[in-house]
Amino acid sequence: MPSRRKVVVVTFGGGARDEETFMPEGQENIPHLLTELLPQASFFTQVVNRGILGHYVATASLATGVYERFNNFADVRPENPTVFEYFRKDLKRQARDAWVVAPSNGFNRIGESSNRSYGQGLGAGVILPKGLLTAALDSGGRTSYEHLLRDNYETPLYTPELSGSEFELAQLDEILKLSVSDFVAHARNLASPDELSVYVARQLMRQFAPSLLWITLHDIDVAHSGTFSLYIEGIQRSDRLCAEIWKAIQADPEYAGKTTLFILPDFGRDSDTDASGNGFQHHRTGDALSRTTWMLAMGPGVRQNVVVDRPVESVDLVPTLGSLLGFSTRLSQGKPLPEVV
Amino acid sequence: MLSSDLKPEQFQTYPPQGRQLAIAHIDLLKQLPPSFVALLLREVIAYDWKFPAEQKDVTRQLTYLGGLPNEQRQEAMAGFAQIRLSPELEGLDWVNAPTQFSERLTAHLWSSHQIDGFRAAALDYGRRVDASRTPEKPPIPRLGIMVIGQGVAASSYTMFRKLRKQGVYFNAVKPENGVRLLVDAVAARAAAHPVAFGHWYIDGATQEPVSSPGLTSVSYQALEPARAAILKKMERVIKSGTGGPEALHDQMAELRPEEIGLEGTGDAAVLNHFQSSVLAEGSGTQIFSTSFVQWAAREALRRAQPVTLLARFTPRQRQRPMGELIASPQQSPTLDPEGSLIDADMGAYLTWINQQRLTGAEQSSFLVWWEDHPEAVAIAPTLPHGAVSSSSIDLNQVLAQIT
Repeated sequence: MPSRRKVVVVTFGGGARDEETFMPEGQENIPHLLTELLPQASFFTQVVNRGILGHYVATASLATGVYERFNNFADVRPENPTVFEYFRKDLKRQARDAWVVAPSNGFNRIGESSNRSYGQGLGAGVILPKGLLTAALDSGGRTSYEHLLRDNYETPLYTPELSGSEFELAQLDEILKLSVSDFVAHARNLASPDELSVYVARQLMRQFAPSLLWITLHDIDVAHSGTFSLYIEGIQRSDRLCAEIWKAIQADPEYAGKTTLFILPDFGRDSDTDASGNGFQHHRTGDALSRTTWMLAMGPGVRQNVVVDRPVESVDLVPTLGSLLGFSTRLSQGKPLPEVV
Repeated sequence: MLSSDLKPEQFQTYPPQGRQLAIAHIDLLKQLPPSFVALLLREVIAYDWKFPAEQKDVTRQLTYLGGLPNEQRQEAMAGFAQIRLSPELEGLDWVNAPTQFSERLTAHLWSSHQIDGFRAAALDYGRRVDASRTPEKPPIPRLGIMVIGQGVAASSYTMFRKLRKQGVYFNAVKPENGVRLLVDAVAARAAAHPVAFGHWYIDGATQEPVSSPGLTSVSYQALEPARAAILKKMERVIKSGTGGPEALHDQMAELRPEEIGLEGTGDAAVLNHFQSSVLAEGSGTQIFSTSFVQWAAREALRRAQPVTLLARFTPRQRQRPMGELIASPQQSPTLDPEGSLIDADMGAYLTWINQQRLTGAEQSSFLVWWEDHPEAVAIAPTLPHGAVSSSSIDLNQVLAQIT
C-alpha cells in the first residue's frame, strides 16, 4: 500500500572509502552493517557520483536526483526540485511528513529548491541539531558540550561561529516537544554530533512519524584534518548509529514493516595511489575511488542478502524513492533501481 | 587575457630567476592555452624558492614543449585547449596571480563538469613529458625511515598492517638508543653523499640534536611560533566573517614566510617557503603533529625528491572542536598516543607510496620502526615480501640489510 509506506535515507556526508568499509581490510570497522544489516539488504557495490564532490552540493544532488552545479560553500538552495517537494506536492502531504536532519554547515537550505514550480512552502523541514544545542546552551556554558559542536570538516580551517536563535528554541519546543533542560541533559551523555543528529531524528519519529526522513551524518569528514584514527572512529560510529536507526524503525509501530531504509555515503575519498591526492584525507582528485561508493537498501519488498554489482548512479536514488512512494520525479536525471522498486 | 597577448613587462613582479625564465620562453608561453600556461606560471613565479629537483622539472617541461614541432605541441595541449573558461577566469590577472587563478579554475572545472577532461589532459601531458626523458637515477638508492608509535606501551592494533606484506617483519629488534642510532645513520649518509636538499629529517616534536650541514631538518616544535602566527591569521579571517573558506584559502596560498616569522636568505629562504607552504596549505598540519609529519614528508618527497628521509611521528593533541584548536592553542595539550600510532601507521604507508613514485623506486629501501619496541618492517629489493624474522637484531644491522 504505497500511501502507508515510509522511507528513511541515511547518508554519510563525509565520504567513506570501500577499503575502510566493505573491502576485507575495512570490514572490522563496520560490524553492524556487515552482520546485522547486510543480510537483510540489497547491497549495491558500485554507486557512482558523477557530480561535484563537495558534501553540501553532493547531498543536494542526492536529494534532487540531478547533479547540482552550485558552489559547495555557497548559502544557496538546490536549483532542481528536491525529493521532498516532489513527495509533498504530488501526494499532497503536510509539511510535518518530510524532514531533514543535517550537519550545520550550509545544509540549512537543503529542504527545498529554488525551482519555480516547486520551492517555497513545499519542502522538508530542516533541523540542524548543532544549531539547536547552541541555542539551548546560550544561557549556560558550552564547556561540557564542545564535542557535540564540532565543525565543518570539509574546510577544517574555516570554522564559522555556530549561532542559535529563537527559531531553534522554537523548534525544540514546538517540533521536538523537548524542554531546553531535557535536551541539554540528554546531550550531555552523547559522544558526537552524529549521535545528537540520531537523537533528534528519533524524536522526530516519535512526534510526527514522518513518511520521508533524511538523516545526514558527518563525523567521518574529520578525515580532512589528516588524522586516520579519527576518520576510522567516525566510520565505526556511523556503523553503530545505522544499526540503531534500523532497530528504532523496527521497534516503532508507525514504522515497523512498512519502512524502506537506504544507507549510502555521498561519495568516496581519494585513492592512496593517485599522485594528485593524499589518500583518505580528501576527495579532490575525481578519481574512480572518490566517485564510487556503495548503498544498502532494506525493508519490505526489497530482496534480502542480494549483491548488485552493476554500476548505478547516485542520482538514481530520487526516482527510486519516487517509485516506492508513488510520486513523479520528473526533472531527475536518474532512473529507478529495478532491484528495489 | 589571451596567452598570445603576453608581454615581457608583465613579468616585472616576478623574482629574478623566475622572470628571466618566463621572458626567455615567452614565445612558447604565447602559444599555450591559458588553462595550461597559468598553471605553468604558478611554478615559474615561485621558481626562485624551489628545490633543485623542482627547478629542473620546470626547465625540462619548457624545453620539452619548446622542442616540439607545432603540430605535436598542439596535440599535447589539445585536452587543455578544449577547456572552456568562464569570463571571470578570463578576466583574472593569471600572470601575476596564477595561484589564485588555479584555485578558481579548480572550482570552475568541477562546477562546469570539466574536471574529468582536465584530469585526463593532465595525465596525458605527464605521460608525454615522462616519455621524453631518460629517467635520472638518484646518486644513491633512496632510503625512507619512519619512526612511529612514540608513547604507546602496548596496543591491540595490528602494526604495519599495510606495509608488512611488502617486506620483512622483524619482531626481535633491540630498541635501545634506536632514535639516536637512526639520526646518526641519516647524518652519516648526508655527510658521505652531499646532495642539495637530498637528505631530510622531519620530527613531530623536538629534534634530536644532530650536526650535519647536508641534512635538511624540520620540526613541529621549532615551528611553534610560525604555527601560532598562522592560526592567528586564520582566526582573524574567520572572525571577519567575510569571504568564507575560499578567501581563507587565497590568503593562505599567498602567505609569505616573513609574515609568520620565517626569515632567511639563500637555502634558508627555500626551506622557509617549503615550511610555510606545509603550514599554510596543508590541512590539519597547523594543529595535529601527525598530519604535519605526514604532509611534510609527502611534500618533501614530491618536491625535493630526496635520497634520504627520516620522519618521526610523535603523539598529536586530542581532538577538540576545530574553532577552539585555532583560537586557543594550548601550551600543554592533552595527547592521544594510541590514535597517533594509527595515524602514523597510515602515514608511513602513504610515505612509502610517495617514495615509490620517484625514480629508482626498484632500488629504494624503506624501514618503519615502532619507537622503543622490538617491532619493525623493512622493505628492500634484497628482502623477501611477507616474511617474518624473529632473530635478535639491532637497527644498525637492519639498516645494513637494506642499504
